[in-house]
Amino acid sequence: MTHLENLSRRRFVVGSAAAVGSLSLGFHIPLAQAAAAAALPPEVNAWVVVKPDDAIVIRIARSEMGQGTLTGLAQLVAEELECDWSKVTTEYPTPGQNLARNRVWKDFSTGGSRGIRSSHDYVRLGGAAAREMLIAAAAQGWKVPASECKASKSVITHAASGRTTTYGKVAIVAATMKVPEKISLKDPSTWTIAGKPLPRLDTADKLTGKQIYGMDIKLPGMLSAAVTACPVFGGKLVSFDATAAEKMPGVKKVLKVDDTAVAVVADTWWRAKTALDALRITWDYGPNKKVDTASINKMMTEGLDAKEAFVGSNLGNAPGLIKDAKKTVTATYAYGFQNHACMESMNATALYTPEKLEVWVPTQNGEASLAAAAEASGLPVQKCDVYKMHLGGGFGRRGFQDFTKQAVSIAKQMPGIPVKMIWSREEDMLHGAYHPKTMCKLTGVLDEQGNIKAMHMRISGQSILAAVRPEGMQGGMDPAVFQGLNVDGAEGAFTYKIDNLLIDHAMRNTHIPPGFWRGVNLNQNAIYVECFIDELAHAAKQDPVEFRRKLLAHNPKALNVLETVAKGIGWDTKPAPGVSRGVAQIMGFGSYVGAAAEVSVTNGKLKIHRIVAATDCGHVVNPAQVERQVEGSFAYGLGSVLYNECTIREGRVEQTNFHNYDVIRMAAMPKVETIPIPSGGFWGGVGEPTIAVAGPAVLNAIFAATGKRYRTLPVFRHSDLQSV
Amino acid sequence: MATLTINGEKREVDVESDTPLLWVLREQLALTGTKYGCGIAQCGACTVHIDGVATRSCAMPVSAVTADQKITTIEGLSPDGSHPVQKAWLALDVPQCGFCQCGMIMAATALLKNNPNPTDADIDAEITNICRCGTYNRVREAIKTAATSIREGKVAL
Ligand code: FES
Ligand code: FES
Repeated sequence: MTHLENLSRRRFVVGSAAAVGSLSLGFHIPLAQAAAAAALPPEVNAWVVVKPDDAIVIRIARSEMGQGTLTGLAQLVAEELECDWSKVTTEYPTPGQNLARNRVWKDFSTGGSRGIRSSHDYVRLGGAAAREMLIAAAAQGWKVPASECKASKSVITHAASGRTTTYGKVAIVAATMKVPEKISLKDPSTWTIAGKPLPRLDTADKLTGKQIYGMDIKLPGMLSAAVTACPVFGGKLVSFDATAAEKMPGVKKVLKVDDTAVAVVADTWWRAKTALDALRITWDYGPNKKVDTASINKMMTEGLDAKEAFVGSNLGNAPGLIKDAKKTVTATYAYGFQNHACMESMNATALYTPEKLEVWVPTQNGEASLAAAAEASGLPVQKCDVYKMHLGGGFGRRGFQDFTKQAVSIAKQMPGIPVKMIWSREEDMLHGAYHPKTMCKLTGVLDEQGNIKAMHMRISGQSILAAVRPEGMQGGMDPAVFQGLNVDGAEGAFTYKIDNLLIDHAMRNTHIPPGFWRGVNLNQNAIYVECFIDELAHAAKQDPVEFRRKLLAHNPKALNVLETVAKGIGWDTKPAPGVSRGVAQIMGFGSYVGAAAEVSVTNGKLKIHRIVAATDCGHVVNPAQVERQVEGSFAYGLGSVLYNECTIREGRVEQTNFHNYDVIRMAAMPKVETIPIPSGGFWGGVGEPTIAVAGPAVLNAIFAATGKRYRTLPVFRHSDLQSV
Repeated sequence: MATLTINGEKREVDVESDTPLLWVLREQLALTGTKYGCGIAQCGACTVHIDGVATRSCAMPVSAVTADQKITTIEGLSPDGSHPVQKAWLALDVPQCGFCQCGMIMAATALLKNNPNPTDADIDAEITNICRCGTYNRVREAIKTAATSIREGKVAL
């Protein structure tokens, strides 16, 4: 047995990260068990399996949730492997196998637009090592030096003797070859599979109904569960009367789930759901039952002028200059809670016996699911495993494991029977991990030439990390709040040069749990900065693009993004009659992104005609997927800027389904033209960053059209502006 | 007990009469290509054809469908994904997560049956399905591609 990594007897720790709060488990895996788990299907190494008929199976640790990560990662492995792309399929190793093999596949977590950029190096090394071992096996058979052999499209050739063989024929021997010590990766400029706009590997089954999602799983003897948790976060279950429900058709059991929820288990989900609706439940709504949107707004508004705040960036003397200025420009923006509203509501299926726990779950982080499942079951993690199901959308929601724990808690009360738990849409809407709610007060001073002399940006509102990853806090401060606003930051840097600049955060948390929502804090920060920069440009009587150009002169990548979208939208030409334009740029998730929008507003009706987007993510693995991600993320991001907000009443979220939580649909979707401008030399994210610029570009275009700033979002909550 | 004609076959199901057709398809008949997204006729993930008409099956009690009405689900659209709408979807690589796509395809197919040359406005009016991944622009393109291939007689609907 040969693997890239030696199986050694050592202790290692898996942080289950955001997903399960601060929980992290120390696992001790005995060697014998590791070896047993390693005796899986024949493989060249952990990343590559070659079948005798030359079929190639590439193992993927990250989750596919729509963003094309699976195809992109396979392209990277295949590129180095030099295999025949037409014979490539993929498979997920399980988190349990990963643990048993000393985490040979490393991180399973899929979020923060990191699916590709955080693993491109080691997956390529995996492909390259497999290639070298396959070549070595052929060379050994021919008794020639491996250096005289070459591989291309799964065929190995010894040019001098004219002999050829295929990967499938030497795979078994290859697995016994020595793992090469030094491997150099190909220069991206020579790529033939990676970097190309190849079709996705997972499309066909999605068109015929064959693709099985978590919600679709069917196991022998399986029962289904519908569940409802206390609608007020922080509340508890007091009691329930199951007399009527227990007599309903198909019902097997009505049970308590932890101390916060009730579930009905029945032969079908619809029967379980019908019986659940017939239950009489008494809740203790707990300490938050009086909280509402008004009380949260009041608390956050107070934070806008509070004395104490965590300082993210501080250059020069902004407060002093603002205090002494004769004239300032000031604006306050607000961005509310958003539900992820994945198309597939949360679900998980579990089969528990005292000896073993198995969980089938659509998850963005298989290892976090495993840790959560083990904890909920009380079994040692070695007795548990998780099978990752295809995700009907993730957007950050499926990195959390509340639903995994619920499913295990239900299954534990039904030992030996697989139970599939599905949340109704209503349950999903009321129990999210919401986009955080924040406000921002911005104050700026201009000099006589209309240049920005000083700027203060005060954010007030929720911290995600304080709630879900306290170990990421720095001395009480949440650094993630400043995404896109970090002077000298690497990941989400403030792109403009402003000599006197203060950006700070008055943390104001509520009981509504915040989570990572596609784009995370870049969403609202981009609106705050980019709409306010527009306001300053207007106050300085300058063209918004020209105004930004000056502030970006020192930053060629950001400037290039701005110039690209300005050119793309035709900024220097006159728009069609009735059409107005807006622009925005920012940096986040390691990428530089920009957008320019064209809108018209007629009789209070907004039409977004087109958005031109530019993304510099350094290296592009699949340009066709980049286009789709930008387009798709704009639908998601604009939905929240224009339509959605979760409001709070009596401690609970008021929006229960798509009838009162509307989202963007076909008729309102603008044309999107994406211009990838990879400048090379770095690896930025793709799934998220560009989402953030659609909103401010559209909002700035709305101002150009109407002369009005919509600073409290979503826009359509203002009665004077609606969708066409 | 209800008798249904699904994808050309008569099927008997033993369910309460108010059970939504969606759940009969998914749970009694194991046709899970038809998806649950909202349960209140808002999202279109559950779209099937009843006598050729696009219908949101989550809001249709099984008792409202007669034994002779022909129900077509995504599984019955073509035996092998060769329906012109599916082919257009494949050519344009439309799906992202894919969860909404069977409903989109069923809605698009019904549209093209009634209107072989839909304008953008027709598509806006008829395709009101929700896609949280935001594939709308590619769905629109794929509908037009399918319309062209059908019109040019390359394939029959
Ligand atoms: S599930 Fe039927 S329309 Fe949403
Ligand atoms: S492809 Fe994911 S919801 Fe449409």
